[in-house]
Amino acid sequence: MSVPTAFRTCPTTGLKVHLPAENLIKANAVVAVVFFLIGVAMALLVAMTRWPAVHLLGDEFFYRALTAHGINMLIFWIIFFEIAVLYFASAILLNSRLAAPKLGWLAFALMLAGSGLVDVMIALGKADVMMTSYVPLKAHPLFYLGMILFAVGALVGTSLFFATLVIARRDRTYEGSLPLVVFGAATAAIIAVVTIAHGAIIYIPTMLWSMGIIEHIDASTYRILWWGLGHPSQQINVAAMIAIWYLLGALTVGAKPINEKLCRTAFVLYILFINLASAHHLLVDPGVSSTWKIWNTSYAMYLAVLASMIHGMTVPASIEVAQRRKGYTKGLFEWLKKAPWGNPSFAALTLSIVIFGFIGGITGVTFGTEQINIISHNTLRIPGHFHATVVGGTTLAFMGVTYYVLPLIFRRQVVAQALAKIQPYLFGVGIVMVSLGMTFAGSYGISRRHWDITFAGATLQPAVDPTVYLLLGIMGIGAILAVLGALLYILITVGTVLAGKKTG
Amino acid sequence: MSITVPERVWWKPLDKGEKLWVAIALTWCLVMFIMMPLWHLQGKQNAPSETYRVSADQFEKAAAAFITQYRVGEEQGVPVVAPPSGSDIYLVARMWSWEPVLKLEKGKTYRLHLSSVDLQHGMTIYPMNINFQVLPGYDYVLTITPTEKGEYHLICNEFCGIGHHLMVGKILVV
Ligand code: HEM
Ligand SMILES: [Cu+2]
Ligand SMILES: [Cu+2]
Repeated sequence: MSVPTAFRTCPTTGLKVHLPAENLIKANAVVAVVFFLIGVAMALLVAMTRWPAVHLLGDEFFYRALTAHGINMLIFWIIFFEIAVLYFASAILLNSRLAAPKLGWLAFALMLAGSGLVDVMIALGKADVMMTSYVPLKAHPLFYLGMILFAVGALVGTSLFFATLVIARRDRTYEGSLPLVVFGAATAAIIAVVTIAHGAIIYIPTMLWSMGIIEHIDASTYRILWWGLGHPSQQINVAAMIAIWYLLGALTVGAKPINEKLCRTAFVLYILFINLASAHHLLVDPGVSSTWKIWNTSYAMYLAVLASMIHGMTVPASIEVAQRRKGYTKGLFEWLKKAPWGNPSFAALTLSIVIFGFIGGITGVTFGTEQINIISHNTLRIPGHFHATVVGGTTLAFMGVTYYVLPLIFRRQVVAQALAKIQPYLFGVGIVMVSLGMTFAGSYGISRRHWDITFAGATLQPAVDPTVYLLLGIMGIGAILAVLGALLYILITVGTVLAGKKTG
Repeated sequence: MSITVPERVWWKPLDKGEKLWVAIALTWCLVMFIMMPLWHLQGKQNAPSETYRVSADQFEKAAAAFITQYRVGEEQGVPVVAPPSGSDIYLVARMWSWEPVLKLEKGKTYRLHLSSVDLQHGMTIYPMNINFQVLPGYDYVLTITPTEKGEYHLICNEFCGIGHHLMVGKILVV
């Protein structure tokens, strides 16, 4: 029942835009940015506490802010944004209507209620348990309930994506195979379903336990199941990020995938090989056998890594080909020199590829070996790694795509273009400093999630190598730059939505 | 483009450069795949995985008996224990201390039993930077041979409540 008025035609791309889908995309994106703002405020507080020269917060507020930072960023910001991406990749890119927009609003309401509940519990001091909430550390039951509501909402949203794919195929809104970006988004969505199932298996009993209904939850079992959720969920972020790399390649320089078969096969490798490879979080755990650890971290991980290595070649290669087609063929690098560096989306895309690939990827793969894991487990090397993947990689890619979402979906011209041009660089440089500062400080054995590495109040006081202070200073200064870059992004986004010149 | 449907037939052979890259990447992945077990067998820096189930009560009792038997002194209210070489030794993680202080001999081998009696903790041997997860309900047995004399601190590396950063212990190697 596609009422004709439910669509408009995009003047730039010629795509048919389903208005109810567009509204859902807007709502999810706006809420994502609000959670990003909360996460950024917490990031500043946390980073300024971990920089010993500043040591801003007291112990209690530090741990609370760190819990809030991890959850608001990694879960709420990222997943609200991903849901928007899923609606975009299904309804808009396929010229289709979104299946059951009402369910989309239900998903939105559930996610919003869940995340609100979680944040309220954290703010009230009833959930100082970090993002991982390792049992028997206990939070208020409503904290777990919030997580469950959020997950159910995300599951409904993801189902809507699949339903829309079915409708689009049935209504023949497109001919032939799915576009590559949609294929990548589908990869993310499939992994999401597996992940959310794990989430239910672990959060529901944990909530019952915190209510006193279940007596005991085994610490090791919790860790195995929790990472069955935690690890693949990062693969959702990787798949979504890479789908956006292809999207941005197309939008910024008109890149075409150099070989559809290769790119698609690489996405399939993610689906097949990532879901079990969660033991690299448990390499120095008791209760898990060495054989299982080795099998688990080697068999699957490297074929998923292979997929990333393939995308790491095909995305830049498609950009090069597109640039050369435009006539930038002098020497080896004219195509790169003449790339649109002043386009914030292109800058974000390039930085995202470089930071994710060279810092995030390399650190991550090495931590997956037993020998390096034992010298990096729970040290600052771990957040050093994932601030290069999910922040320098995924978050930066999301920022890049926002500069197209604003004119195309919100139909507003981006305000403060000059600031938008420098925004990705500011954020990127800051995050690289944060990431490297933490990584190297961690190699001195400095723990993550630790309020005071000078051990001032402790009975025994280990001497700390002075180099660590220098490294944490680099992290601190990088954090200030990254926070400025993030605030700029938020200001530009909000400014554009509220006051940008209307287009089309 | 990646945002439009591909040509009708997109299952096309890779060209030379693509094949080369996939071959290099795949080779590297296979090398890593094989090295994983090899490093475990040949390397000297692996986490052991000898583990037994234990209740907090049982573990605390065993540790208390061990401490009484080999106690040689006290440091800041924490007992100092000097066990004979080759023996089973105990280290209790609790909010927010490591008990006891262990006095070990260089070059001698011990079986270190590690467990928590409350929340999850983590043990960093500092400044050497060797890390283990410590769980309640699990007796994690680490066979250790100190190779250098000196004072090593134990730092908790898993968030375990408001006093987490105060949880510091010690191993003396003489
Ligand atoms: C705006 C720039 C950011 C800065 C300056 C920053 C800084 C930090 C710092 C200093 C820590 C504490 C490390 C520790 O003590 O263990 C941390 C933890 C963390 N950050 Fe960020 N961060 C930023 C953005 C992000 C984003 C965008 C994400 C996710 C998308 C993110 C995810 C996390 C997570 C998951 C943790 C770990 C929390 C935990 O240990 O439970 N951060 N960040
Ligand atoms: Cu602890
Ligand atoms: Cu602790």
